[in-house]
Amino acid sequence: MSRLTAWFSEGRSSGKHTLPFVVILLGVTLLASAANLFLPADSALYVSTYTITLLGKYLCYAMLALAVDIIWGYCGILSLGHGAFFALGGYAMGMYLMRQIGDRGVYGDPLLPDFMVFLDWKELPWFWLGMDQFWFAMLMAVAVPGLLAFVFGWLAFRSRVTGVYLSIMTQALTYALLLAFFRNEMGFGGNNGLTDFKEILGFSLQSDSTRISLFIITALLLSVIFVISQRILSSRFGKVVLTIRDAESRSRFIGYRTDRYKVWLFVYSAVIAGIAGALYVPQVGIINPGEFSPVNSIEMVIWVAVGGRGTLIGAVIGALLVNYAKTRFTAIMPDAWLFALGAMFVLVTLYLPKGLMGVYGQLKAKYRPTNAKESQV
Amino acid sequence: MRQLIALCCCLFGLLSFPIQAAETSRVDALFTELAGAKLKHMELILEQLEEAKGEAILPLFRVLLGGDLYYIKANKNLVGKFDDQGKTLYKQVFNDTLVPNLAKRDVKKIRVNNKLRGYLRNAIARIQLTAKSPSVRESAVRELLSKLDASTVVILEDLYPNEPNKKVKEAMGLALAMHTASQTELAVSNRLVAIETLSTSLENDVRNALTKLTQDDNPAIIKAAQGALEQIAQRAKRFAFVDQLFFGLSLGSVLLLASIGLAITFGVMGVINMAHGEMIMLGAYTTYVVQLIMPNYIDYSIWVAIPAAFLVSGLMGVLIERLVIRHLHGRPLETLLATFGISLILQQLVRTIFSPLNRQVSTPSWMSGSWEINPVLSLTLNRLYILAFALLVFIALVIILKKTSLGLNVRAVSQNRNMAKAMGVKTNWVDAMTFGLGSGIAGIAGVALSQLTNVGPNLGQAYIIDSFMVVVFGGVGNLLGTLVAAFTLGIATKFLEPTTGAVLAAILVLVFIILFIQKRPKGLFPQKGRAAE
Repeated sequence: MSRLTAWFSEGRSSGKHTLPFVVILLGVTLLASAANLFLPADSALYVSTYTITLLGKYLCYAMLALAVDIIWGYCGILSLGHGAFFALGGYAMGMYLMRQIGDRGVYGDPLLPDFMVFLDWKELPWFWLGMDQFWFAMLMAVAVPGLLAFVFGWLAFRSRVTGVYLSIMTQALTYALLLAFFRNEMGFGGNNGLTDFKEILGFSLQSDSTRISLFIITALLLSVIFVISQRILSSRFGKVVLTIRDAESRSRFIGYRTDRYKVWLFVYSAVIAGIAGALYVPQVGIINPGEFSPVNSIEMVIWVAVGGRGTLIGAVIGALLVNYAKTRFTAIMPDAWLFALGAMFVLVTLYLPKGLMGVYGQLKAKYRPTNAKESQV
Repeated sequence: MRQLIALCCCLFGLLSFPIQAAETSRVDALFTELAGAKLKHMELILEQLEEAKGEAILPLFRVLLGGDLYYIKANKNLVGKFDDQGKTLYKQVFNDTLVPNLAKRDVKKIRVNNKLRGYLRNAIARIQLTAKSPSVRESAVRELLSKLDASTVVILEDLYPNEPNKKVKEAMGLALAMHTASQTELAVSNRLVAIETLSTSLENDVRNALTKLTQDDNPAIIKAAQGALEQIAQRAKRFAFVDQLFFGLSLGSVLLLASIGLAITFGVMGVINMAHGEMIMLGAYTTYVVQLIMPNYIDYSIWVAIPAAFLVSGLMGVLIERLVIRHLHGRPLETLLATFGISLILQQLVRTIFSPLNRQVSTPSWMSGSWEINPVLSLTLNRLYILAFALLVFIALVIILKKTSLGLNVRAVSQNRNMAKAMGVKTNWVDAMTFGLGSGIAGIAGVALSQLTNVGPNLGQAYIIDSFMVVVFGGVGNLLGTLVAAFTLGIATKFLEPTTGAVLAAILVLVFIILFIQKRPKGLFPQKGRAAE
């Protein structure tokens, strides 16, 4: 056990949050699931399936925030296009789920999804082939975002496009994809996207047990990705990434091929976003081009900013808090949400540059001055 | 006509009154005669009417030709029948006022036969072709092109040599040539000359006539007609190209207007303002509000809206700069996020105040309509004006930056802030003014855009990415680059559209820019020397 703890805590000081984080995350997940399964519906502690799905959605967002934080917080690359990777992963999963509908669609065609029958298509486009295999679809869910990130990153980082330019380019990327996926000719369901899913791997998507399984899988994967990311970022590779964030030219002059580090980190981040998207779609039951919209991508950035960039746990906390606030706000007074979100953008950047984790750090330093001094040394 | 008569009475006094009165009573007598006249007498009556009233008789002739002329049995007054949503109603022939309470049995139809119809047709053509205004004459000739017959040709041949107006004469020549070309019994050489004349026209009717001639018996005629058609097609293609170019320029001018404010705030100051689109939106809403305040003066409202929009957006810009951007100096990514937050707030503010629905902004009458150059090419006036306006704004901005003391300060601060400060430039003030200027120009862009698209809370979002693309493509800090980039992108998009469709064209342009920036990260016209990093 002590070796396990040591493995978790190796590296940078923030690594010591890892074990508690994983324990709390999995604990809450299991408790919520148990409360849903074993408690009667009228019990005070009962957790409804709706809440379970909502929590699963939040965890997907948390994973996405992790992806954004890895490149923004640790490498200083502000991507305003991570929604694109998320949506691509989601579409891969959506295509698999679409093929699983089989002949139970409205038109009852055994091969073609409903929207293709509607558009009078005669055969399946080539990029839909093989998507009825779960393993292949999941491979695509990580491969397509990864490949896009590789091509884009390779082009951008090699020509040293940095800072604001890069942010605008990533935004243009997701905007171009948004326009493309809105087209019916693309073969992804156009405006309506993919929906009306029936089952995943033979399990009905409507049943409570499937939903809880998806929720638990999301939590497990989030934990795994969290730990792996922590390990990567506290490794030698991660340290180079940090130097790139703080002084890119200097790192380059010392002899590191900074563009390669950036490309691989960008690909890693995109893959995580793709996984998050693939987990998100079966839980919400729809994927449409709206996920590509630049506003979505920029909202992810604010989750990270609120939680505190440069700390993985901050990204997760930020995503959970902001999305919880969003759910509550949009239920009580829908008009106020955009005001609140806008104000959050302004206030966090002005007054909380390090987010909530920064506030936590300040408080800790205030009340336990000796400890803080030690960790600085 | 009546007003004219009344005016004459006023001017010349009672002296002329008896003559006019006599004339009027004679015409009235003819009208009464027309009601219930026998068919064989009608032509005589109509001839007299044509002589007496000239152009003014046209409505009556048209109604009669259409078989809709009736007279009231009781008083022999003439009325025109018309259908209004299935109901049969009657109106005065000359001034279109409804004659109420008329049933079918109160009126009787004035019948015409084929001979009279032919007479009426010719009379209408004759009257129009001899009208005073050249434009009426020209449109009359163009109308005749599709329904030429022997008798109208006779009229045209009569009028052709004496026609004073060049354009009308040309049109008449065209009509005559069309007739000559179609007459199989005429000499081939004459017809070939006529086809030669036809090949210079772009009229649809001419093309139809030529297509008909390609079925002719004479091979020489067929060949000539085909050649003429080809020639016409080539000319039409050239004009279609001009048309496309115009649309490209128009889109370019919109892009220029949307991005030129950004070229200042982003290009010159280096501040990323994601709320730039909302500055445009505020300008568009200002136009809407100005029109609400002065609903009776829509034609002039735009002259009020332009400065108003500049002030509204400019003041908002100064406010944003003072409250937020100033504190984030030197942290571009944070500025980006904060201004994005502001854009969300402004959008929601507009949604709360004006509702999320699109608002209708009316176009001043002098901006609507189009400039018809020839039958295949017509340019819409509002796009033409906006193109000119965009260039005007651009020139004004260049002058401000190059010739005024504000411009000098702005350039100094953007090149070396600390040095400028040391020389006594109030950098804080300059920052606020520059940002206000950029935002104000975005507001003016909003006025122009309100004439082209719907005014809604999302108006600005639609342009923000395109604007950034234009500025980055042109090269940051370079106004001329912005101009070139805007028009290049506009024209490229419009020329791609016919082959790829609008959406794919937009995507291709975006992808092109993304690739271009990889190749030349500093844009088309990179800054040189010390200003560059």
